[in-house]
Amino acid sequence: MLSPIRRIGILGAGKLGITLAQLALKAGYEVIIAGSTHPGKIALSIEVLTPGAVAASADEVASQADIIILALPLGKFKELPKQALGGKLVIDAMNHWWEIDGDREIIVGPHRSSSESVQEYLATSRLVKAFNHMGYHDLHDEHKPSMAEGRKAIAVAADNPEDVKAVSDVIDTLGFDPLYIGGLSEGRRLEPGTKAFGANVPADQLVRLITP
Amino acid sequence: MTDKKISQPKYLFGLDSFGDIAVDTKGQPLTYAASIRQVVKEAVLADTLGVDIIALGEHHRSEYAISSPETVLAGIATKTKNIKLASGVTVLSSDDPVRVFERFATLDALSNGRAQVILGRGSFTESFPLFGYDLQDYELLFEEKIDLFSKLLSEQPVTWEGKTRAALDKADVFPKTESGRLETMVGVGGSPQSIVRAAAYGFPVVLAIIGGSPDRFKPYVELYQRAAREFGHEEHPLGMHSPGYIADTDAQAIKEAFPRFKKAMDAVGLSRGWQPMTRDHFMNEVKNGSMYVGSPETVAQKIARAMKVVGVNRFDLVYGFGPVTAEARLHMVELYATKVIPRVRELLAEAS
Ligand SMILES: NC(=O)c1ccc[n+]([C@@H]2O[C@H](COP(=O)([O-])OP(=O)(O)OC[C@H]3O[C@@H](n4cnc5c(N)ncnc54)[C@H](OP(=O)(O)O)[C@@H]3O)[C@@H](O)[C@H]2O)c1
Repeated sequence: MLSPIRRIGILGAGKLGITLAQLALKAGYEVIIAGSTHPGKIALSIEVLTPGAVAASADEVASQADIIILALPLGKFKELPKQALGGKLVIDAMNHWWEIDGDREIIVGPHRSSSESVQEYLATSRLVKAFNHMGYHDLHDEHKPSMAEGRKAIAVAADNPEDVKAVSDVIDTLGFDPLYIGGLSEGRRLEPGTKAFGANVPADQLVRLITP
Repeated sequence: MTDKKISQPKYLFGLDSFGDIAVDTKGQPLTYAASIRQVVKEAVLADTLGVDIIALGEHHRSEYAISSPETVLAGIATKTKNIKLASGVTVLSSDDPVRVFERFATLDALSNGRAQVILGRGSFTESFPLFGYDLQDYELLFEEKIDLFSKLLSEQPVTWEGKTRAALDKADVFPKTESGRLETMVGVGGSPQSIVRAAAYGFPVVLAIIGGSPDRFKPYVELYQRAAREFGHEEHPLGMHSPGYIADTDAQAIKEAFPRFKKAMDAVGLSRGWQPMTRDHFMNEVKNGSMYVGSPETVAQKIARAMKVVGVNRFDLVYGFGPVTAEARLHMVELYATKVIPRVRELLAEAS
């Protein structure tokens, strides 16, 4: 049995991190969030943009949250607090963005999904890929209650069914239909350059973008 | 409202261009040189018709002719009287703050004090390899250079030390401006830390809102004001910039804008791994998002609404996006100046 998810941790207090924090607070979760350095640096942004969320260090976020969303530049994944993330359920929302991260092969290696490289580094965390394919302003504008007409979908890729279930529930609670697409290696189909990347569409259409 | 603010116009309206390659009536692209001269022509018209600001972006990509905005602005300076000459943005990370100051102080001289530097990180990073900078230093470069630039603005000898450029020891930089301070702003995308940093230096901010509903930026204005107060700086009003296309009717604007926006967006998307823009996406941006496309009345309504909701006093329209004919570009400048701006002012006055 998994314990219920009450507190969502977010690593990265930029465009995506702040947007997801806003959605999580609206959905009734507690939120704890970290930027690249000490919490003081993001305190004001958090207070104004996501009132109710707690600014903390990355270590605190990793150890105190029930689930942690990675919302930092992919090129920085080796700065993640590996120890504190051990055993934790972790959502990888990161994408390779060459303008920030440089050459893809150098940071994640060839022939595999970026999430597999992140999982290899966070060897004892339970990694799930989700929230990477939709732009942050679409996430901000498009969340809708369950069963709402035209509700948009977020794809989920992970190896462990229990983890898929837990993350799917979070996606649903945040305002989107979860769409399971396969194991972590299938995350490749959500990366920049694929048809699904940037997708802001309901599940029936997202399926078509993912099927080769 | 303080006395200081009453002495200047309450609202400001600008036109922004990246120097997109314009096309002739047969759809053939103009040369880079002709595209640059076209922008000068448009700026002169905008000045004649009373537009407040022309802002030119810095890009180093084949779709755009302008890589050196201040040189084009210098050309505009001596042919115009009132229009403010801004960059939008100057990619400070891959430039040298001393040279940026020198170039804009020169522009300020040529234009009798109308230069305005808008510093930013830019949404592209082509300039990094081009000028020998490492993307790994993305953050550090901007941090250090904005710090040095803010010191140079005192127009006093500067002593500075950092990792990204040679140290300065009581370096005095010329020319000095007549006003004693070069007008400087910061262009910001969606990153909250960039807002806080601009506020920490006391620089006013222009928000680049290029997709999605502008409403989400409203809290950023509050963030800026809170941060400015905490750092003990003046709470400057903010500006925003967004892309648009104006024609005589809505139908004509949409018909002409879609393929052109699509071409421009898809070219960028190609390198970023996003999919070609669909008509649905485009129409959604036009209706609810950040593409100001339509007749003068439609565009004016949308601008007035956005300025009210977000809480800004300046709006810059990024015009002539994609392969637009020289005639249509000029017509857009005319419609913006003679129909849209007066109408937005009217709508804002009604609201207040
Ligand atoms: N933007 C989108 O629409 C979008 C959508 C889906 C996925 N994504 C992915 O989400 C990630 C973040 O993108 P973004 O657009 O939000 O970028 P962003 O606005 O630049 O924000 C990145 C954030 O990560 C922080 N950070 C850097 N190193 C860190 C570390 N070691 N530990 C914790 N935080 C760290 C940065 O802090 P500092 O400011 O202190 O450096 C900043 O707050 C990227 O991987 C991106 O591909 C983005």
